[in-house]
Amino acid sequence: MAELQAVIGLEVHAQLLTRSKMFCGCRAEYLGLPPNSNTCPTCLGLPGALPVINRRAVEMTIQTALALGCRIPEFSKFDRKNYFYPDLPKGYQISQYDLPLSLGGHLEFEVDGERRSCGITRVHLEEDAGTLHHAGEIHTAKFSLVDLNRAGVPLMEIVGEPDLRSPREAPQYLRALRQLLLHLGVNDGNMEQGSLRCDANISLRPRGQRELGVKVEVKNMNSFRSLEAALEFEVRRQSAVIESGGTVHQETRGWSEVEQATVSQRSKEEAQDYRYFPEPDLPPLQVSRDLVERLRGALPEPPLRLRDRLRDQHQLGEEQAALITERPQDAAYFEAMVAAGAPPRSAANWQLGPLQALCKDAKLDIEHSPVPAVELAALVRMVEAGEVSGTTGREVLVEAFAMGRSPVDLIRERGLIQVSDAAQMQAWVDGAILQLPKAAADFRSGNDRALGPLVGAVRKASGGVANPDLASRLLRERLGRGGG
Amino acid sequence: MSLLDLSISELGRGLRAREFSSVELAGEALGRAESLDGRLGSFLRTTPELALEQARAADRRLADEADPPALCGIPIGHKDVLCTRGVETTAGSRILEGFRPPYDATVVARLARDGAVVVGKMNCDEFAMGSSNENSGFQPTVNPWDEERVPGGSSGGSAAAVAARLTVAALGTDTGGSVRLPASFCGVVGVKPSYGRVSRYGVIAFASSLDQVGPLAKTVEDAQLVLSCIAGPDRRDSTTSPAPVSDLAGALREGVRGLRLGIPREYVEAGLEDGIKAVFESACRWLEAEGAELVEVSLPSTEYALAAYYVIAPAEVSSNLARMDGIRFGPGEPQAPSLLEAYELARNRGFGPEVRRRVALGTFVLSSGYYDAYYLRAQKVRTLVAQDFSRVFERVDALISPTAPTPAFRLGERTHDPLAMYATDALTLPANLAGISGLSVPAGFTAGLPVGVQVLGPYLGEAMCLRVGAAVERAADVWRRVPAGFDG
Repeated sequence: MAELQAVIGLEVHAQLLTRSKMFCGCRAEYLGLPPNSNTCPTCLGLPGALPVINRRAVEMTIQTALALGCRIPEFSKFDRKNYFYPDLPKGYQISQYDLPLSLGGHLEFEVDGERRSCGITRVHLEEDAGTLHHAGEIHTAKFSLVDLNRAGVPLMEIVGEPDLRSPREAPQYLRALRQLLLHLGVNDGNMEQGSLRCDANISLRPRGQRELGVKVEVKNMNSFRSLEAALEFEVRRQSAVIESGGTVHQETRGWSEVEQATVSQRSKEEAQDYRYFPEPDLPPLQVSRDLVERLRGALPEPPLRLRDRLRDQHQLGEEQAALITERPQDAAYFEAMVAAGAPPRSAANWQLGPLQALCKDAKLDIEHSPVPAVELAALVRMVEAGEVSGTTGREVLVEAFAMGRSPVDLIRERGLIQVSDAAQMQAWVDGAILQLPKAAADFRSGNDRALGPLVGAVRKASGGVANPDLASRLLRERLGRGGG
Repeated sequence: MSLLDLSISELGRGLRAREFSSVELAGEALGRAESLDGRLGSFLRTTPELALEQARAADRRLADEADPPALCGIPIGHKDVLCTRGVETTAGSRILEGFRPPYDATVVARLARDGAVVVGKMNCDEFAMGSSNENSGFQPTVNPWDEERVPGGSSGGSAAAVAARLTVAALGTDTGGSVRLPASFCGVVGVKPSYGRVSRYGVIAFASSLDQVGPLAKTVEDAQLVLSCIAGPDRRDSTTSPAPVSDLAGALREGVRGLRLGIPREYVEAGLEDGIKAVFESACRWLEAEGAELVEVSLPSTEYALAAYYVIAPAEVSSNLARMDGIRFGPGEPQAPSLLEAYELARNRGFGPEVRRRVALGTFVLSSGYYDAYYLRAQKVRTLVAQDFSRVFERVDALISPTAPTPAFRLGERTHDPLAMYATDALTLPANLAGISGLSVPAGFTAGLPVGVQVLGPYLGEAMCLRVGAAVERAADVWRRVPAGFDG
């Protein structure tokens, strides 16, 4: 029997970072609010309430689709996907069926440094459902409570082609997609809280065979790791079925983190007939070419291109360049440091090392760092110039971060330019003696007042950061008046 | 003689002249409802406290404002599919018993803004599905002209109450004729605005692509005053037309001289009762005498319209009513062994037979494998029906026909024959499929029962409908007739 090959396609749901929900004025931000407080007649699905399309959500979806190289048809519409579930207050989800906002693109991603491409079938827009809180375990709970704060949050669905060939590729595809969404500013990339969700379709077939095998849909994977683990499990499970002469059943399976296994949820026979039909409460969407071009013009630099540019422009290492462009705010911080004169590689090291650790501990995003890029750049320059040691620099950064002060100011106030920098100081001292031979001679011969101009010259040569006390001491020693 | 016999403009003059107050007027309407509605069953509930509060406010406005709105202080009833804040709204269905919406429908809010006084919620067929009002989950409404007959449906409560002078005007909804048919059966004016002319926000949906709210009133002018108040774009309903509302009041005075009116052959050639035919023919003669030119036209797709309607409307019903699932609305079924059975029990108990029939029908026609054969085909027929109308409106200004092939029929006469009941709407529902404007205006009587003439105008042609309707009304001169037993 020929070796089996996996065929994998991912469906990703991303909540959009709009201010309001998809079809009403309630806030799209729903976490941490009292149950059912972020609701109105429309998202509660009250009889008589009607949806109104969120323009910003449409724009974000089109922009994402453009970044994925999709076509944007001029005509699009919303449809109703009908099914009963307690978290779906209307008994249908407003989604898009046969005329989505976009079609046919692709996503570039890398696996072990090798560039791959995966087709994108479509990117469309729909609304999220509410959430259920079961009193105990779902199948034995006496009751479940419904919270509709999330109901109606804009949800963008990115359907990938079955172009992935191994479980290893899946998280890499998803990472690249997540990074793109972050750079577009349309999604917060949080898989744990479910603002970014991923389902996978996987089938196996003998290598070389064209037809696809029977596909299984896998759900409930809320991290890159569980995505890969679930797919690896499915490869093993389906291989065993096929190799023992059985057939894989078309079904939906859920990943169980506890059991580290997928569990059957619904067979093909039980599959729902969603009875899609055009949403009569919403007129069809005419997407003007002007809007498409305006959105295309506002696209940020694609993350992979940004990474390559920064890597080449600043001679960064491969991994360093990848990390610095993970999120747009990281890249922005880095570029601001470089613009402020920090040597790029050091800038990247400081940002990815000490600064990122501080931000993580303080649960602060880098864009809200108390030490802005310009100030960290100044510190890096001092360290690079040998004015302070790396150790001192890091210590000062910790304090500056905590106090919300400028690191360079702290260094100056505390005279932290160290003795270990004596060689540089010595050079400035020698320079000052050469520059002011008369003053040097006067001081050597006992005129204390001649020291002032010499110290001034040292400070001037140092750009104002030389510690004047240390300069005086070194000048005394040099001019034979040490120990006095 | 009751104050409720007067037209809105007559009442307006009396209110402004302080001959009577809005509180007195509302009191008289509620008093009549109290004493007379036991026979009719037109109200699901009266709203005396709300009415008193609104009437007091209206009296203050009438005293304070130089030019209060025409509807200020006028009693009005709302079909029970219209959400009224804090007032139970059931759409005539047991499954919504106890539902007090936290918000007002846009039309309710607009009438309140103009000072109209809500006297109650009007009975209707369950979720507006029916042509006789016998499908109400609570009670049938009867026809004030003959209490053994139906008032028509689904806005039967609204029509009967206006005819019996229990309210000055009422709102109804028209999905396939649900305003025009009861207007015809009860001898009042009923307007079905073009789709998108009036907001559906807060209107409990029957079939979203067909529903429109329209007024029922004693006169064309009264209907126009209510329509002018509720019509126009609403940002909460994306299907409303952005076009400004034309001068509807002016249209009433224009007359029909020089207008070309079409009579659709398919509407008059088969199945009309003789009495209906006679009234319609006299209306035609009046219009000609007033200077209109009458021409025969053809709407060839008419014969397919009924079938298409009974695919599209149930399809939307099956989805629109899914939210009535026993979890938020309807009797909860906590003892059900599974979620699916909880849904089934709640919906079987909460919905009446006609609603269940349409949900089943709609679910079927949208099912995978049947969608193309039914829903898609019906949508194509719908396009053909709309094209028929566009074509004839290139040649004529409006169409006229009887509103229904028969006058009001007896209670129970068609309840066991759904297809006969569906056929009641044969002359009205094509206008809903096409989204055009229409009205029914009383034109006379046959065997003591009112007969209405239907006027259909182009999309956003409400002014034309009112113009022709006013001419029929002037010639017929029947609007002051009050059903026996309601005239004191």
